[in-house]
Amino acid sequence: MGERFAAALPANAWNWIAVWRRNHLAWKKVAFASMLGTLADPMIYLFGLGTGLGLLVGRIEGASYIAFLAAGMVATSAMTASTFETIYAVFGRMRDQGTWEAILHTQLTLGDIVLGELTWAATKAFLAGTTIAIVAAALGYAAWTSVLYVLPVIALTGFAFASLAMLVIALAPSYHYFIFYQTLVITPMLFLSGAVFPVGQLPGVFQQIAAFSPLANSIDLIRPVMLGRLGDNVGLHIGALCMFAVLPFFVSAGLFHRRLMR
Amino acid sequence: MSNVAIDLTGVTKLFGNKLVVDGLSFTVASGECFGLLGPNGAGKSTIARMLLGMTRPDAGDITVLGLPVPARSRLARKGIGVVPQFDNLDLEFTVRENLLVFGRYFGMSTREINAVIPRLLEFARLESKADSRVGLLSGGMKRRLTLARALINDPQLLVMDEPTTGLDPHARHLIWERLRFLLASGKTIILTTHFMEEAERLCDRLCVLERGRKIAEGSPHALIDEYIGCNVIEIFGGNPQELISLIRPYVQRIEVSGETLFCYAPDPEDVRIQLRGRAGLRILERPPSLEDVFLRLTGREMEK
Repeated sequence: MGERFAAALPANAWNWIAVWRRNHLAWKKVAFASMLGTLADPMIYLFGLGTGLGLLVGRIEGASYIAFLAAGMVATSAMTASTFETIYAVFGRMRDQGTWEAILHTQLTLGDIVLGELTWAATKAFLAGTTIAIVAAALGYAAWTSVLYVLPVIALTGFAFASLAMLVIALAPSYHYFIFYQTLVITPMLFLSGAVFPVGQLPGVFQQIAAFSPLANSIDLIRPVMLGRLGDNVGLHIGALCMFAVLPFFVSAGLFHRRLMR
Repeated sequence: MSNVAIDLTGVTKLFGNKLVVDGLSFTVASGECFGLLGPNGAGKSTIARMLLGMTRPDAGDITVLGLPVPARSRLARKGIGVVPQFDNLDLEFTVRENLLVFGRYFGMSTREINAVIPRLLEFARLESKADSRVGLLSGGMKRRLTLARALINDPQLLVMDEPTTGLDPHARHLIWERLRFLLASGKTIILTTHFMEEAERLCDRLCVLERGRKIAEGSPHALIDEYIGCNVIEIFGGNPQELISLIRPYVQRIEVSGETLFCYAPDPEDVRIQLRGRAGLRILERPPSLEDVFLRLTGREMEK
């Protein structure tokens, strides 16, 4: 039993880097299209909703609506970037392209592969979230120094959502199942977590559900900083995100082991 | 232990309640080419996966390069090169990038990998394709690249699952030639195949499998001598029952497979005399092969 567990875990602290570098090399070939694809969505939300709705809403929590929204979009872009990398690209490498199979023939373990994929997805999330934060700062919706403070939170958000999505692809028989995760988990989370309007607007039950969402924890860390305020329960939010990053990682590694090493 | 590359003892594997590998034992010596020969579904790929620690046996012991598998399979894989049944190269990468990326999985530095790439490209006869995208290569070239990739960690042992399935005859001969080169340089090879010709040409010894069980083991020539030992006459185009009664007294054994009779006769001329003057028969006399051994052992031709 112990050795079975060992095969699902990373063999050491650096093996995953080879997997990350493989993905990085593949990404470099399509970097422009990939960045455009990742950033278009949050930018459209930011300027579409921000300028349009902003006129109707006026100020929110003491800031302009677009500044309020910018913080939400930083977290959201990290969420979608790592989610989509994992449910489409990683799933393809795991099931259809034989990439994982080839790697499992080397000295890497399944745990090394999952950690490498996770870190790569988090890297893409970091890139997306950071770009939105820089755009927000450049347009004067946030202070430049605040961007620096939110960088680790963006990375952690990327890890948390990549890890959750890893759980989904470990269980999903085919691509068709991802639509459930998208429409039943990711999209509702956008509206339940205070990304586009304050959680306080929701009925009490939904507010309680929202408190458990990784996106809400991420936004509660990012927004106060970008709006130049002090956040509440910082340790709690960081702890929650860490839990979302770590627990699904171990569970998914175990599930992949059952799926691939029969 | 150093002259034993692989040792299997009483290995059994079940998928659900289906027995895929059944009490299998064999030993492969260092420097040897050992074949696992059998039809699809005989358990060949499952055995290959077990050697790599990717499937756990339900019973029995496996030792690869002196290490117990799957317990220490990660360490064992450092000394193994794998050619999988289906190419799993990175199609969006170039030939060179595929080797680079794969070398990193073995913990090699870019400098170390770049030092061995020219030799690997030369081995695979892909020097002129180094910077071509793999998606644009022919099937034979992809297979040779997969073979070169399997050598990046300078393995002692190569595990090949149907290395030439799906290749045209020319590409297949080129792979065989490359494998003989590797054997000459001292590598150990275990390969699965359902090509009798491949097994006969390459393997020092082989194990014939049917439904997960070993039904014969030995060198190709020893197996042919032991189970056949005489020339084979194939007769096609008549009524099998009628022909059998006609030639029965002159042959050791007759196997019927579809519409073809396989006659094992110490003196083929006696059989020819009996068949003389019969129109519409096609008669072919040839030396015996592993195909005949398989037919003898299982009563049927190998399904491909």
